[in-house]
Amino acid sequence: MNRKLVGALAVAGVAVLVMTGCASSAPKKADSGPVTITYTNFISDGANVPNLTKIVTAFEKANPKITVNVKTIPYSGYAPAQQTDLAAGTASDVFDIDGHSNYESLQANGQLAELTGVDSKVYNSGLLDTYQTAGKQYALPTSFSDVVLYYNKDLFDAAGVSYPTSSWTWADETAAAKKITDQAKGIWGDHQPVTYNEYYKALVQNGASFLSKDGKKTAFDSPAGLAAAKWLVDKSGTTMPTIADGQGTADFDTNLFAAGKLAMLHTGTWVFGNFAKVPFNWDIAVEPGNTKTASAVFSNGIGVYAKSKRIAAAEKWAIYMSSSSEEVNVRLDSGWELPTISDKAKLATYLSKGAPANRQAVFDGATKIAVSPSLGANSQAIQDAMTAALIEAQAGRETVQQALDSAKAKIDPLLAG
Amino acid sequence: MTAQTALLDKAPQFKHSRPVRDSASRSRRIKYTLTVLAFLLPSAIPLTLFVLGPMVAAAWVSLNQWNLLGPLKFVGFGNYIRLLQDPQTGAVFLHTVYYIVGYLPLVYFGGLALALALNTALKGRSLLRGIYFLPVITSWIVVALVWRWLLSPSNGIVNTALAMVGIHGPGWWTDPAWSLPSIILASAWKDLGFVMVILLAGLQAIPTDVYDAAKVDGAGPWRRLISVTLPLLSPSTFFVIVISLVNGFQVFDQIYAMTGGGPNGSSESVVEQIYDFTFRYGRAGDASALSWMLFIVILAVTLIQIRGQKRWVTYG
Repeated sequence: MNRKLVGALAVAGVAVLVMTGCASSAPKKADSGPVTITYTNFISDGANVPNLTKIVTAFEKANPKITVNVKTIPYSGYAPAQQTDLAAGTASDVFDIDGHSNYESLQANGQLAELTGVDSKVYNSGLLDTYQTAGKQYALPTSFSDVVLYYNKDLFDAAGVSYPTSSWTWADETAAAKKITDQAKGIWGDHQPVTYNEYYKALVQNGASFLSKDGKKTAFDSPAGLAAAKWLVDKSGTTMPTIADGQGTADFDTNLFAAGKLAMLHTGTWVFGNFAKVPFNWDIAVEPGNTKTASAVFSNGIGVYAKSKRIAAAEKWAIYMSSSSEEVNVRLDSGWELPTISDKAKLATYLSKGAPANRQAVFDGATKIAVSPSLGANSQAIQDAMTAALIEAQAGRETVQQALDSAKAKIDPLLAG
Repeated sequence: MTAQTALLDKAPQFKHSRPVRDSASRSRRIKYTLTVLAFLLPSAIPLTLFVLGPMVAAAWVSLNQWNLLGPLKFVGFGNYIRLLQDPQTGAVFLHTVYYIVGYLPLVYFGGLALALALNTALKGRSLLRGIYFLPVITSWIVVALVWRWLLSPSNGIVNTALAMVGIHGPGWWTDPAWSLPSIILASAWKDLGFVMVILLAGLQAIPTDVYDAAKVDGAGPWRRLISVTLPLLSPSTFFVIVISLVNGFQVFDQIYAMTGGGPNGSSESVVEQIYDFTFRYGRAGDASALSWMLFIVILAVTLIQIRGQKRWVTYG
C-alpha cells in the first residue's frame, strides 16, 4: 500500500547523497575570458571597508574582464579562518598575510604562488624583501605601520608639562606620566600593553635582546632585561590603570585616550582614525627608548594561493592592491596605514594630511627598527608564555624576577623545538 | 525516537510470520527495511557527513603531526604518549572536572528550586518561566561580556555590592584562583532556565492522585517532596545530569569569551586547549588526539551513569 511512498523516499535519499557528493566539483575557468577572483582580507575590517571598495572599483574599471569578490574577516578571527581554508583547500585566490611570520609559515608549506610579474622598483625594497624567499617573490607588502607615542596635549598643558620630543627617554616619560596622573579624577599618565610584543621592543630600547646571538636560547635574564620588564610592569597602578580596572581588555586603551582621560598611549598608527573627532588636541612622537631609540614596525602582505585556478588574474589584483596609484592615493587620503611604495615625493604628501601634525614621527620611527625575534615553529606558544609571565608580575602574584625565571624555563625548551 | 521505537517493536512480528508464507514475508521484510532506511536517511546523512566522518578523520589526524598547512607526518601513537606525559593535559582535565563539580549542583538545585516555585499557582508564572528561559537562548558572547562587567574587580556591580556590606570582593576573572568560579557562576546562571524547563515538564507529569494519597496518609509538604516528587522526578533528573555532564566536559564558549583560558592558564579547559592547539599553535595532531581522549572519557562517564541509573531512577 505504501510502496510508492517508500520508493519515493528512497529515491529522494539517493538523490540527496548524489547531489551532496557532486557539490564540490565546480567547472574550471580559463584566464582569457571574464573571470571572477576572490579576495579574503582583514585589513579593511571596521572603518576601511569603503576605502577597499574604492580600490576594487578602480581595478575592475581598469580590468573589465576581472571581477573581485571581497570577503572581509575581523582581524581577531582571521588566523583560524585562513588556516581552515588552507587545510580544506578552499582558500581564496588572493588573501591577506599577517606580517612576516605568517608569510614564512605559508611559504614554507607551499601555500603561496610565486609572483613573476612584479616591478620591484615601485616598492620600498626593505619591505619587498620581507616577502621574498631564496630570491623569489611569493607575496607583496600592502602597507606598513609603526608603534608611536600618542599624547593628549590638553592634559600636558593642564599639568604644565612639556610635550614629548624625539630625544625623550624612559625617565622623561615616567616623570611626565607621574605628574599628570590624577587617580581621584580618573586621569592616567600612561598606557603601554604588558605583552611579548612590547617586551621584545623594550629590550632593544634598553640595549638587550630577547634571544641569544645564535637564536637558540632566551637572553632576557640580564640586568637590562629585568629593567625592561620593570619598565612595563611597574606602570600598572602608578601611572597606568591596573588589570582590575580593565587594563588589557580589548580597546580599553584607545577608549580611555579618546575619552580624554589618558595622557600618553603606546600604540600603532592604525588607530589614527579612532581619534579623528576627539574634542581635544593630540599629537604623536617617536617612542622614547632608554639607552637607544627603537620602534616596532609591522607590515601587512598579500599573496596568491598556490592552488588558485586563476593565478594570472589573481597576481594582477595583488600587484594593484599593493602598488597602484589608486591604492596609494586612497591610503594617503584616508590615513589607512602607509603604502609600501618607493616614491618618496608621493609619500611626502602624507605629512600634510591633517592630524596628527607630527606625521614625520611615523617615518622617523621606521628608520630605527626593533627587529622582531625569529622564534621558529613554536612562535605563538613562546609569545603566549612570555605575555602570561609578564601579567603574573603585573598582577603582583610574582616578582618581576620570578616571572622572568619562569618564562625562561618555559620558553627555552620551546625554542629547542 | 518514538517512531523508531515503534518500528523496532514491530520487528519481532515478522520473525513469527516467516514459517507461514516465506516469499510474502520476505517482501514485507524488504519493505520494512526500506521504510526504516527512509526514515533514518534525513538524519543519517548529516550525522555521517558532520559527525561520524570528522570523527574518523580526527582519529587519522591524531596519529600524525599536522600544522594544517603542510603535509601530514605519521607518528603513530606519539601524540597520545606525549599528551599523557605532559602535565598540562592533567591540568586541563582537572580544570574541566573542577568546572563540572562546581557547576552541576548549582544548576541542578537552582533549576529545581525554580521549577518547584513556578509549578505552583503563582501569578504571572508564564511570564516568569519565559524570563528565566531567556538566558538559555542568548548568545554566549553577550552573556560573557555582561558577566565580565558584573564581575569586574574594581567597578563591577558584584564587588560594589559586596563592598557595601564590608566585604572586599575577589579579583574574579583576573585572578587565577577565581577565574573558574567566575565561569561557573555565569554558566549556572545561563543554564538555569534549561534545567527548569526539563524539571518543570517532569513535575507536571507526576499524577496529582499520588500527592492526594500521600496527603491522606498524613505526609507534610517536605515529606511529599522527598518521598513523592524527587523519586518520580528521577527520570528528568537523570536526563539533566547526563546532558549537563556531557556539555560540562565540552565547556568552551564561555571560557573562550570570558578568560581565554587565563590568567596564566588557570581556566584552560580541555576543549579550550584543543582550540589553542589547532588554531594558535599549529598542532592539529595533538588537538585530534586530545579530542579522542576527551571522547573516551565522556563515553566512559556516560556508560557508568547509564548502568548506575537502574539503582536510583524510577520510571513511574
